[in-house]
Amino acid sequence: MIIEEIQGLLCEKFGDKISPVEAGAVHDSCILVDPASVNAICQYLYDDERLAFDMLMCLSGLDLSPEDENLSVVYHLFSDVHLHKVAIKAVVSKENPHLPTVENIWKTANWHEREAYDLFGIVFEGHSDLRRILLPDDWEGYPLRKDYKEPDTYRGMKVPY
Amino acid sequence: MAAEGSKFIEVQPFSDEMVLSMGPQHPSTHGVLKLELRLDGEIVREAIPHIGYLHRCFEKHAENLSYPQIIPFTDRMDYIAAMNQNWGFCLAVEKMMAADEKFSGVPERAEYLRVLVGELNRIASHLLSFGTYGMDIGAFTPFLYAFRDREEILLLFEEICGARLTYNYIRIGGVSRDMPPDWLGHVKNFIDYFEPKVDEYNALLTENKIFIERTVKVAVLDEDMAINYGITGPNLRGAGKKWDLRKDEPYSIYDRFDFDVPIGHDIPRIGAVLGDCWNRYKVRMDEMKESVKIIRQILNQEIPEGPIIAQYKAVRPPAGEIFDRSEAPRGELGFYIVSDGSVKPVRLKAKSPCFTALSALQELSKGLMVADIIAIIGSIDIVMGEIDR
Amino acid sequence: MRQFFSIVDNLSEVAVGSSKPLASLLVEILPPLPAFLEEYEQLLAMITACGIFVAVVPLIPLVLVLAERKVSAFIQDRTGPMRVGPWGILQTLADGVKLLFKEDLIPPYGDRVLFRIAPYIIVCFSLAAFVAIPFGAIDLGDEQYIFIVSNLNIGIFYILAVSSVIVIGIIMAGWASNSKWSLLGSLRSAAQMVSYEIPVGLSILSVIMLVQTLNMQGIVDQQGSGLHSWLIFRTPFSFVAFFVFFISAIAEVNRTPFDLPEAESELVAGFHTEYSGMRFALFFIAEYANMFAVCAIAATLFLGGWQGVLPGIDILGGLPGFVFKTLFLVFVMMWIRWTLPRLRVDQLMNLCWKYLIPVSFFNILGVGIWMLVLGADTMDMKSLGPSLVIIVLAVFILLRQVFKGVSGTKQETIPAPSI
Repeated sequence: MIIEEIQGLLCEKFGDKISPVEAGAVHDSCILVDPASVNAICQYLYDDERLAFDMLMCLSGLDLSPEDENLSVVYHLFSDVHLHKVAIKAVVSKENPHLPTVENIWKTANWHEREAYDLFGIVFEGHSDLRRILLPDDWEGYPLRKDYKEPDTYRGMKVPY
Repeated sequence: MAAEGSKFIEVQPFSDEMVLSMGPQHPSTHGVLKLELRLDGEIVREAIPHIGYLHRCFEKHAENLSYPQIIPFTDRMDYIAAMNQNWGFCLAVEKMMAADEKFSGVPERAEYLRVLVGELNRIASHLLSFGTYGMDIGAFTPFLYAFRDREEILLLFEEICGARLTYNYIRIGGVSRDMPPDWLGHVKNFIDYFEPKVDEYNALLTENKIFIERTVKVAVLDEDMAINYGITGPNLRGAGKKWDLRKDEPYSIYDRFDFDVPIGHDIPRIGAVLGDCWNRYKVRMDEMKESVKIIRQILNQEIPEGPIIAQYKAVRPPAGEIFDRSEAPRGELGFYIVSDGSVKPVRLKAKSPCFTALSALQELSKGLMVADIIAIIGSIDIVMGEIDR
Repeated sequence: MRQFFSIVDNLSEVAVGSSKPLASLLVEILPPLPAFLEEYEQLLAMITACGIFVAVVPLIPLVLVLAERKVSAFIQDRTGPMRVGPWGILQTLADGVKLLFKEDLIPPYGDRVLFRIAPYIIVCFSLAAFVAIPFGAIDLGDEQYIFIVSNLNIGIFYILAVSSVIVIGIIMAGWASNSKWSLLGSLRSAAQMVSYEIPVGLSILSVIMLVQTLNMQGIVDQQGSGLHSWLIFRTPFSFVAFFVFFISAIAEVNRTPFDLPEAESELVAGFHTEYSGMRFALFFIAEYANMFAVCAIAATLFLGGWQGVLPGIDILGGLPGFVFKTLFLVFVMMWIRWTLPRLRVDQLMNLCWKYLIPVSFFNILGVGIWMLVLGADTMDMKSLGPSLVIIVLAVFILLRQVFKGVSGTKQETIPAPSI
């Protein structure tokens, strides 16, 4: 199934929550979805037999530039039943980066969402154990954001090189 | 657990529970991994992995470097199979560059060289996993045999690119250096020497009754659970699913070679069930033989002459995003690259196979013994460099 | 004072049969003492015998440490220590000197007294087992002198008792280190050693039934008629008992495949994690001394001790023969260590309680019935004949089964390419 068909099926079910596929996009196109309904949409993608996306390949946070006031979460899904892929993107604002978790659908999202929280500060509602994974538990700041400034000290040690 | 400004977590263990930290420095956790074990005597109630001790900010660095400059960093992710890491990254970038007219595509000779070094590195990586797994289970000798053979492979790599562990050999559009004149002869010598060794190692460790007792029926990871956890590679094949990117979504020139994809089986004779530690380990042993097959097929063909790197002006992939995956020895290595048309990526995310495999440890280890935890970690074959990046 | 010396006199003449222990030998061969020391002769001889024992026996572990490194290197396709001395012979000496200079670290919150005592207990009781082992014999005139420090009436029983005390030392070491890992290791070790005492004792029992004496020298005497009189061949059940004893002995000494207490990959170093310097060296000395002791016991009880292969002809006989037999068994232990992986705790316990102990009981029963049916004198051809036939047949069938399972023909190994 190519991405337009998948997008068609999603539009049937969720209507206005789905944006059209970006025309003229190079390489991989992705389907923009409304952040609040991410869980419902992913559940549909997982359950429906024509789609059957049973593997979450990758979940990444994305920050395009320091002036941009939005963060994105990109989900790359794969179905090993139908052998098709899709990329879903949800855009949240930097002041209030909340969106529902998909941990109940794909267990691998547990650690991926923790990493997105750790590096971008994106809060996943309903996550069972949202704490930092790669950085120390008491680190301040979200390093992969474009406007990130390193703290001057961490536990008394000088941080900038 | 609250998300806002999470600090340290207070743990109140039960009074009959012992909290043991299989700490960051430990002879057999394959790197700096901290396992917090809640033990009831010898039985593990819970094993919580804590990672991040080897986090080197790879993704942040990548945003400040041009694409060719990122390649040495990928070496250091899974440093044991560094060629495959380079290759995965270069594949993703080349796919993006394909839309650029000035990019001439990867030449044939480079593809053959890439497959050769990729498969040799696969053998080296599986040898190391075999050796360290034996050592963790208590058999010290296979470790030394594995390293003796791995040494031969590292000598081959030293001949072709000058480095033993972090190669920076596979570049965007090809490879960095052509092979020395008699390199193929050395590869042939090695393959002739190595092929019977796999049977020897099977007789030494795989068929050993004590090893079998330690690994069969331990931590069964069935297919549905593996897919839900996003586990790929030999761990998924050990659960019975015949899925190998080299066969099912062939990249490079893998579609020209004839090789099998070994999977796990139920073997009543020794008691192995699908998805247990023994099967995951056995898949790696069989994969070594398949890699030998591929290398032999290349040695029997004539590698075409020609350039070893593509023609292009500069690595400026057109704006857009891509997610591409390749079959690394530990699973599917994925790169998600967002480009805005400049020489540096806007976002580079490396999805490492061991990251997803280790996340399953918490569920797999409930109710097992401390000795089994070691068996599981060895069988899912993790490298912390890749997990923490 | 006089009563003390009379006791000493009596002790030194405790000799079952006509053989006399080392002290008496010394009395014989050393030049006569000046007059004022006459009455202390026996006492001085005993002290000298003990002195020889203390000087020689602890050197055995030092040799074994080097042997282990060389054997393991040979098995693992490398050379082992080669720099210190020709072919690395002086390596242990260098290691000893290094360990002496290390910092003596005692865990601050552990139990200091127990921490200090534990290595000594383990070493002393490991070495104490050597007191009752006959190393060889020498004929002077019409008296036979045995190289044994004390020919105890209850020889083998004393050895078993003394080796059991080692468990206490191990528990002390684990507890006093104030580390959960050490504690886990030492408790595993205690459980293991106590469990495996039982098959050890029971297999020894099945051979004692054949010789009707606990005295070590007496046991060796009864194996003097040649290869076929060795206790291992007297009944098929004692043949099995040898293997049960050997496996249980490996478990007693905490060697792979039973080396959970010091499992490197799991517990860092188990109960001796927190020890450094000479204290650590003492643990090693104790382990190798213990290993040599159980192999010596196996050689004495099953393989004829210092008796040779044929009566009168001294092949594999005397002190060199005994040492050769023991070292061969030590080599087999090392060989097994570097080949086999480790058993898990529950599998280890399973093996002991569900397999080895029933087999040992069966052995005792078997030996008893054998002696009842075929005569208590197992040297009689009526008994020895069938025994040898059964043993040879069983070994033949077993070996055929083993080699049938080895698949593939023996290939010519291609040498590693030299690039």
